Amino acid sequence: MAIYPGSTVSGDRPLARPKAAGRLVAVLKAAREAPLLAVVLLGGLVLVAIFADVIAPHDPTLPVKGANVFDPPLWMEGGSSVTPLGTDFLGRDILSRLIHGARVSLIVGLMGTLVAGGLGTALGILAGYLGGWVDQIIMRVTDAWLALPAIVFAIFLAAMIGPSMWNIVVILGSVYWTRYARVIRGEVLTLRERDFVKLAEIAGASRFRVIKRHILPNVMNTATVLASLTVGVVIIAEASLSFLGVGVPPPQPAWGLMLSEARPTLMAGQWWLTVFPGLCILLIVLATQLFGDWLRVRLDPQTRNL
Amino acid sequence: MMSFILRRLLYSVVTLLILSMTIFLIVRLTGDPVALMAEASARPEDLERIRHQWGLDRSWPAQYVTFMENVVKGELGRSFNYRMPVSELYFQRLPNSLTLGIAATLISLLIGVPAGIISAVKVNTWWDNVAKGVALLGLSIPGFWLGLVLILVFSVWLRWLPTSGAGDWRHVVMPALALGWYFAASMLRLTRSSMLEVLGSEYIKLARLKGLPDIVVIAMHAFKNALIPVFTLAGVNMVVMVNAAVIIEVIFAWPGIGRLLFEGIFQRDFPLVQGVVIMAGFMIVGINLVVDILYALIDPRIRLTS
Repeated sequence: MAIYPGSTVSGDRPLARPKAAGRLVAVLKAAREAPLLAVVLLGGLVLVAIFADVIAPHDPTLPVKGANVFDPPLWMEGGSSVTPLGTDFLGRDILSRLIHGARVSLIVGLMGTLVAGGLGTALGILAGYLGGWVDQIIMRVTDAWLALPAIVFAIFLAAMIGPSMWNIVVILGSVYWTRYARVIRGEVLTLRERDFVKLAEIAGASRFRVIKRHILPNVMNTATVLASLTVGVVIIAEASLSFLGVGVPPPQPAWGLMLSEARPTLMAGQWWLTVFPGLCILLIVLATQLFGDWLRVRLDPQTRNL
Repeated sequence: MMSFILRRLLYSVVTLLILSMTIFLIVRLTGDPVALMAEASARPEDLERIRHQWGLDRSWPAQYVTFMENVVKGELGRSFNYRMPVSELYFQRLPNSLTLGIAATLISLLIGVPAGIISAVKVNTWWDNVAKGVALLGLSIPGFWLGLVLILVFSVWLRWLPTSGAGDWRHVVMPALALGWYFAASMLRLTRSSMLEVLGSEYIKLARLKGLPDIVVIAMHAFKNALIPVFTLAGVNMVVMVNAAVIIEVIFAWPGIGRLLFEGIFQRDFPLVQGVVIMAGFMIVGINLVVDILYALIDPRIRLTS
């Protein structure tokens, strides 16, 4: 079915259009206003991550046959078009490792944010809506968690629990939930006093139902904005952990790990090993930041001037 | 006011108790330090003897009580690896971390505050956009990668600055810049929004109506009030930077508490890790308590509502 924005009043079509189509129009309208740079960057990176197996010219974990170790990029003397961005200390193709690294970064970034957001939102709603001792316990634990710098806590947990990509997702999720819990609790405290919640309670709705139907939908905007700002933080945290050797274990192609492997040769001037993975992190975080800023302005009009 | 301070104090103590319990449990749930420390060929009775020597054969509650007793006395136990008191090690390294933290705070203020003021005064102009771009980059560039690139440019290519270690000011520049960069961006954002808020207030309008020149309005009237939250954040950030500089200290081989923690984690030096992390919690809870009390002193609305 074709979409004609703004044509709802014309006589030949029913006034009440199917809900799904209306939603589609809203989505399309929103997409038109979305920041182009962020969408292109994020979309591109997501596609690269999904189709990494198809796009990458070589296996990211095995040395390229015929290539030396530390081959420079294509445009430098000694570079070759077989490995356009050069090779690392084992003779593996940098470009292929970067492409597969996008997958690691995006999975950890998104899943870590999902765990943090889910945990924090759930605890924030429980603390705010139930109040009393539940609130006290949850908020005191939140305070305790916040008393440690997130990255110190994450390094500590990662070193204790052991390295693997999914461990990192859980660790980062369990470090970054606190901000959600605090903010969402604050929102729920005011929501709880609103008439529609009071009326639902008087009408006999169960606590679970009130939370599901009336509280949760009203805090989703805030949670989404927080999530958009958390993704970049989580991606940098994952890179930091991998760099320190407590994150994604070798030979997986994580950008932080690539930076760590490049460190011994930095002094020898093999700059491409350090510059490219870092640029990738920069781009992906920049894209999520831009997208997050746009989302914040859209979903939370109060912060528009900040 | 007294009851406000007491309540805050109580919260801080509870926070630290929960934090210490969490750290204590995580350390003990994730592995046997003695087995990791000893050689593989060690006899079981030797392991048993070492456990007894370190008090690790007692029940967890008993260990925790001893641990907390020692913390209150200022004793953080003995390091397995260095075979000396953790507190001694900690206070040996702390001055270096303080130096780095203070230098990074100064850098973040020097970049963030002027840029934030210009951005707010010239809001929605070309200046403002440049400042916003800098802030965005500040949040998107991973600090540790910035550190690596600085080493590449200033040590490897230009040979101006030493790559690592501590000594005179030349050793501080790069780590402080890499550490302060992220915080400069948050300073910039906060200065900007704080200035915008003050510039829109009634007393500034009055000052302008009186016919005061722009420079007087901004420098004498707006600046003073807008900077209260900025300097508060700078204080809190400094404490965070002192404690969270693990990765920067590792990259620049800076002998601070971050690297001490990193070494402790890799040697499974439980008392050391426990001690450093607990001290971070104490410092951050402490600075937050101070800030809360100072704000309540300045602004009676805070102590009445919370």
